Amino acid sequence: MLRFLLRRFLTMLGILLVISFVLYGLLSLAMDPLDNLRQSTSPNKEQMIAARIRQLHLDESWVTRYFSWLKHILTGDLGTAWQSGQPVAKLLPSAISTSVQLVAVATIISALIGVTIGVVSALRQYSAFDYVITFVSFVLYALPVFWVAVLLKQSGINLNEYLRHPSPNYLLLGIVAVVAGLFWAGMIGGSLKRRAIIFASALVVTFGALAYVLATNWIANPQITIVGVLVVGLAALLASWVILAGRKNRRALIAGAVTLVIGLALYFPLQFFFVGSRQMLNHWIILALMLVTVLVSVAVGWFLGGDDRGAAIGVTITTGLVTALMIYLDHLFSWFHEYLGDGQIRGRVISTIGAQTPSYNPQNYWLSTLDMFTHALLPSMALVLIGFASYVRYERGATLEVLSQDYIRTARAKGLPERTVVVRHALRNALMPLASVIPVDVISMIGGAVLTETIFGWSGMGLLFITSLRQSEIDVVMAYLMITGLLAMIANLVADLLYGLLDPRIRIDG
Amino acid sequence: MSNDNFPEDRDQSRDIEDLELEQPKRGMPISENTQLDESTDNPVRDVEGVSFDEASERDEELVDPDLARGRGEGVGEATTEAESQAKIVRRRFFHHLGAMVGVATFICVALISLLSMGLGPIRGLYHNQEPLALHDVENDGAPTMHLPSWLGGHGGGWFTFGKYPFGQDELGHDNFAQVMAGIQTSLLVMIVFGIVVAIIGIVIGSLAGFYRGWIDTILMRLTDAVITLPVLVIGAVLGKLLATLPVKYNWPDSVQTAITNLMPLELALALGLIYWPSLARLLRAEVLSLREREFVDSARVAGASNFRIITRHVLPNATGIIIVNVTLLMSLAVVLETALSYLQFGISAPNVSLGQLISQYQSAFSTRPWLFWWPGLFIVLLALSVNFIGDGLRDAFDPRTKRAPSKRAMDAAFRARDAKATVAATTSTGAAQ
Repeated sequence: MLRFLLRRFLTMLGILLVISFVLYGLLSLAMDPLDNLRQSTSPNKEQMIAARIRQLHLDESWVTRYFSWLKHILTGDLGTAWQSGQPVAKLLPSAISTSVQLVAVATIISALIGVTIGVVSALRQYSAFDYVITFVSFVLYALPVFWVAVLLKQSGINLNEYLRHPSPNYLLLGIVAVVAGLFWAGMIGGSLKRRAIIFASALVVTFGALAYVLATNWIANPQITIVGVLVVGLAALLASWVILAGRKNRRALIAGAVTLVIGLALYFPLQFFFVGSRQMLNHWIILALMLVTVLVSVAVGWFLGGDDRGAAIGVTITTGLVTALMIYLDHLFSWFHEYLGDGQIRGRVISTIGAQTPSYNPQNYWLSTLDMFTHALLPSMALVLIGFASYVRYERGATLEVLSQDYIRTARAKGLPERTVVVRHALRNALMPLASVIPVDVISMIGGAVLTETIFGWSGMGLLFITSLRQSEIDVVMAYLMITGLLAMIANLVADLLYGLLDPRIRIDG
Repeated sequence: MSNDNFPEDRDQSRDIEDLELEQPKRGMPISENTQLDESTDNPVRDVEGVSFDEASERDEELVDPDLARGRGEGVGEATTEAESQAKIVRRRFFHHLGAMVGVATFICVALISLLSMGLGPIRGLYHNQEPLALHDVENDGAPTMHLPSWLGGHGGGWFTFGKYPFGQDELGHDNFAQVMAGIQTSLLVMIVFGIVVAIIGIVIGSLAGFYRGWIDTILMRLTDAVITLPVLVIGAVLGKLLATLPVKYNWPDSVQTAITNLMPLELALALGLIYWPSLARLLRAEVLSLREREFVDSARVAGASNFRIITRHVLPNATGIIIVNVTLLMSLAVVLETALSYLQFGISAPNVSLGQLISQYQSAFSTRPWLFWWPGLFIVLLALSVNFIGDGLRDAFDPRTKRAPSKRAMDAAFRARDAKATVAATTSTGAAQ
């Protein structure tokens, strides 16, 4: 194992070295730091050119420059962006954090939705639902992200106008509700009668909720309150109980209910905590709170789960996380009115440019988070649309592969209920191939999304790369390429190791 | 997610180096040997539903429910004469609805573009053959193409195309001519890219898989290196290289114009040089398993040279993998080329690219949306149709993706059998009386 790791690391370093050499050569050919001086008409043009040649050592061959660059890199000096004079090491941290903020949420959402829909689509193979989902994922897969992003940007501007004076367009609402009804009916499936009931109830609920939101101008003053937390938490509890534990498992239901009650009991104390600590809160504290939620949920599931602890823990974790998320969102939304009223925001709900409102620094975790949310909404949507499609295709294929295997037939043949066959036997193996995809997606977050960042003006890693390439700043581009290259290789190594851990058929040879 | 628009095709099997996967090989290689199996009445295979499915696709009346139940006796009855593998694949492809819609869309788009703008020196049918020429702005640049009035448009009783079907920009560029020229650029890039990827991928993949040894090691390291960086990023570097070189080194004007005029070709070559490793890697894995099979041994015993074995015995059995992957890569290339042109690291004037049009007109979206809609629509149509064709090819080549007959067909077959049984019963009893 150690030898395997060592060998992989050495290969990685070797490849990185070769890549850096080749790319440095390509870049020094492709970049022309003198291009703006060549067209210059100033009298001291020659001197300026000579000065720049000296500054960037352009009189030496690129191989010499490469080795001096390599020497600096090995001593931890990433070089400078010569146009602005800033050291690269100073540019990177803010760019990385901006990119991660954008891509993290998008990756999580697209993975969650994509995997769920992929599994369901495979379970309903050759149904209308499956055909529609396959078609939609094909279309999304073929969409050019830059086109979608510009469209989204424009619709964001229109939506802002609309949300100032919303008036429900009932025909459109009706169409959306019918689509939602068809979606849920197709997804949950069952007999014709059951599907009709699901269709009708989904239609009514969607229509009612959307009409309520628009008619009461909920978006300008969103409120969830403890009732909303209760309703959504209960829905999560019931859904996870039916799917993960099955209707016969009373203990899991009780454990989930206890988790929900704990969450609701903490609702009011948390409000005080959130308001009181608004100036020193940050995302790390929120993440820590999430971890606490998971630990408490696991504990509840462990002690109340009875014979089938695994299923109970699944139910409690789902319920706990959903309840916690709702409490968080509830408090976040309670600041929304104040946020919109701010002079710098001027009532614009959706922002189309940048990662935050310039010079907006409220010294309040909730307000700055809201600012981040309104800015991240459209670019994340563009990323989710595309990422979602590839997850659906991948997971649908993986699930179909597993469902056609003999042990699934055996499980069915010995009379297990379909839920057990799918959740206990098929799902576990169908999710395994994700181990080779998710690490790559997670780690490549740091590389950012080149096109999306460029269009929405997020100064993340992708935009940094594009602007530096345009401005012929070789040090920045090389730093970007080395970081993304190294991370991609680490991601692949992690994926291989994870796969080796999960799949007993794979041996790791030293 | 730096590959925000180019998620690699994740259906491709992951090639884990140094990790040994003790798993049966995916897919069934197509060889003369297996073909024999398919044509003879092999009960085991028939019980698996193979010949049954084939039969049912040909003719629903041939469906014998006993076969579906896997009874195993009398199973040979439904199978008919031997078919060549190519014929089977062709039939399955032509029966694939998505692929056929893809083929039709692709042919339509290509035909519209070729008929209207011509090809090279051949003039097209459209009145304006110069996409970059300026005309007087008519009717504020609004599109003159209208739906007939019975479809909700205001073009009278029939479709009207008018002078500028897709409208004009504020300078007077003809949008229709630009979009059609852009489609031709995309097609050119796609085809050249496909050829480059196929040639390099096939040569290197088959050599590495067949000879193993140092050539294999070099290939694997090379693909490691190329796969490491997102294609969009390397593409941008190469695009910048093509644009800067002539100016930087002050090459003669004739060379500079030649380089800018041939930009689509050069970009296609560059993209091909980035993309081939994924095909080479997949093909290598396939060749690695094919070279161990008996028909290769028997060819060698019969005295065939390595070259002959590779070209006549190994590669024909890997046709499926090659065709499917080249097609899917081609659809990615369409989107990649437009993305690079959008970022201004790709094709620029005097050539027209759909991505460049979008980047040019994105700010005009609120005033002249047609300038933005049409190029995007055609990128989607091209990429989507090629994707559907690739998917259809994959299904056609993969013997495991067989469609079970629909429930209705099965029910009908059962009813027919029951009816036949009752008829037989009544006639036999009738005869006894």
